[in-house]
Amino acid sequence: MRLAVIGAGAVGRSVVELAGEHGHEVVAVADSSTAIVADGTGGSGGEAVGVDPDAVVARKAERGIVGDDDPADALAADYDVLVEATPTTLGDAEPGFSHVTTALERDRHAVLANKGPVAERYGDLRAAVGDSDGQTRFEATVGGAIPAVSTVEDIEPGHVTAVRGVLNGTANFILTRMAAEGLDYDHVLAEAQDLGVAEADPSFDVDGTDAALKCVILANVLSFGAVDDPADAREFTLEDADVSGIRDVPGSALRLAAEDGRTVRLIGEATGETVRVAPRLVPENGTLAVSGTQNIVQIETSHAGRLNISGRGAGGPETASAVLGDVGRLE
Amino acid sequence: MSDRRDGAPEAALDAEAGVDEPDSGASPDGGHASTAVSTHTVRLELVDEPGQLLAALHPIADNGGNLLSIYHERGNKTPRGRIPVEVDFEATPDRFEEIVDALRSEGVNVMQAGTERYAEEVTLLLFGHLIDTDLSDTLSSIEACESASVADVSLAAPQGTEEVSSARLRLEARAGETDAALAAVRDLAAEKDLRVVEPLTGVEA
Repeated sequence: MRLAVIGAGAVGRSVVELAGEHGHEVVAVADSSTAIVADGTGGSGGEAVGVDPDAVVARKAERGIVGDDDPADALAADYDVLVEATPTTLGDAEPGFSHVTTALERDRHAVLANKGPVAERYGDLRAAVGDSDGQTRFEATVGGAIPAVSTVEDIEPGHVTAVRGVLNGTANFILTRMAAEGLDYDHVLAEAQDLGVAEADPSFDVDGTDAALKCVILANVLSFGAVDDPADAREFTLEDADVSGIRDVPGSALRLAAEDGRTVRLIGEATGETVRVAPRLVPENGTLAVSGTQNIVQIETSHAGRLNISGRGAGGPETASAVLGDVGRLE
Repeated sequence: MSDRRDGAPEAALDAEAGVDEPDSGASPDGGHASTAVSTHTVRLELVDEPGQLLAALHPIADNGGNLLSIYHERGNKTPRGRIPVEVDFEATPDRFEEIVDALRSEGVNVMQAGTERYAEEVTLLLFGHLIDTDLSDTLSSIEACESASVADVSLAAPQGTEEVSSARLRLEARAGETDAALAAVRDLAAEKDLRVVEPLTGVEA
């Protein structure tokens, strides 16, 4: 498959680097202001060749640009799959949403690592897919490397009663350290920031927004997947989620939990009807009490019991693996 | 005891009886399975006042139960401060249901009947200005909610009584009313600007 990668952050760069290993070719890369589009020449047998992944990554690292072309050229390039890996935006989910619809209007596929369009405009996205010969996939938006969406699809959304889990590594790291070291939130947050586990502004992670977006996406998959006519499905956005974060959880609460063999985890839950993210009490050695930045997705099924999938919920190569898995499913 | 409180356990018993019916209808000798007498154990919760035990035994005898034994645990108290009593009697399944209904309508709290438990345990955390917002009032308000009683409380106030403190509460809820109990705690917490960390109920993680 020929890929156009829009977004040159950790995920976009990893997709560019790993695409070759998966048998795909990157024909265009864009960040917010620059782009590189392969000119389709240079192959020894006259075949098209993609951009040089190493050169793109080096230019981005050294000069902050991916190439000398315009981002619009990348969107117009001759690709099979557009990879949307720009930062998640809320509300109208732009510019990611328009990048995806541009591909669909050209009857090309789109694979998203950007949560915005799938969480905030799922209905619009479905409509755009309906008018196109292209498809969209978005495994990378939920749980990084964990195959959450495709597992739900394999079981069939109508046979999945709920999906819950730990979907934010930053919040989980903070709660794990608070419980293990008996430290308070502010202390552990500073440590997490030093380690690069938490961002300078950690709000998105610790207030539960990121986990909520992932649960909203799962709720949309469950809701739309369970009906024959999309008009019958309930569409979810972040506004429909009941969200509380971990910012004010005191160390003393974690100590009381530990005395009773329990601990606290930021748990997201999605059904076809509700989305809820909140700190919850779970057994200390239970399945959901994953440590550090690990994530876990627990899928409750009608006929197949409960499935647990844990793994790395973030990171460039991890998320890029989910993106490239989606690309493979489109072949 | 209000009718609303009785709703859930009765519905549960009805559902159980419904499941039994196809078997009894298919009984080859034409007999009805519900006529078979078997031994049942019920666990009751009585107020520590004279005459309460006798009042609780009447609905059993009056509805065709054959009393076998009574274990009156006078030294023990239930979380509500009442006295647990275990009663064994023989009755047909139909009569057994009538007896449990009759006990309830007499205002006797049936904690457990047969294999079905009427108390569910749930542990949760509360944090915030617990002491400034009158912890004992908070606990009394939870007790006042008919779905649950407070079985155990642990408090941690590492920064003194005026700072944020945490409490771990173990509640005993009536069967099927755990969600109602948690909802009551949520409402109370919102009213007092406290935070609740709820358990994941129904998930054996």
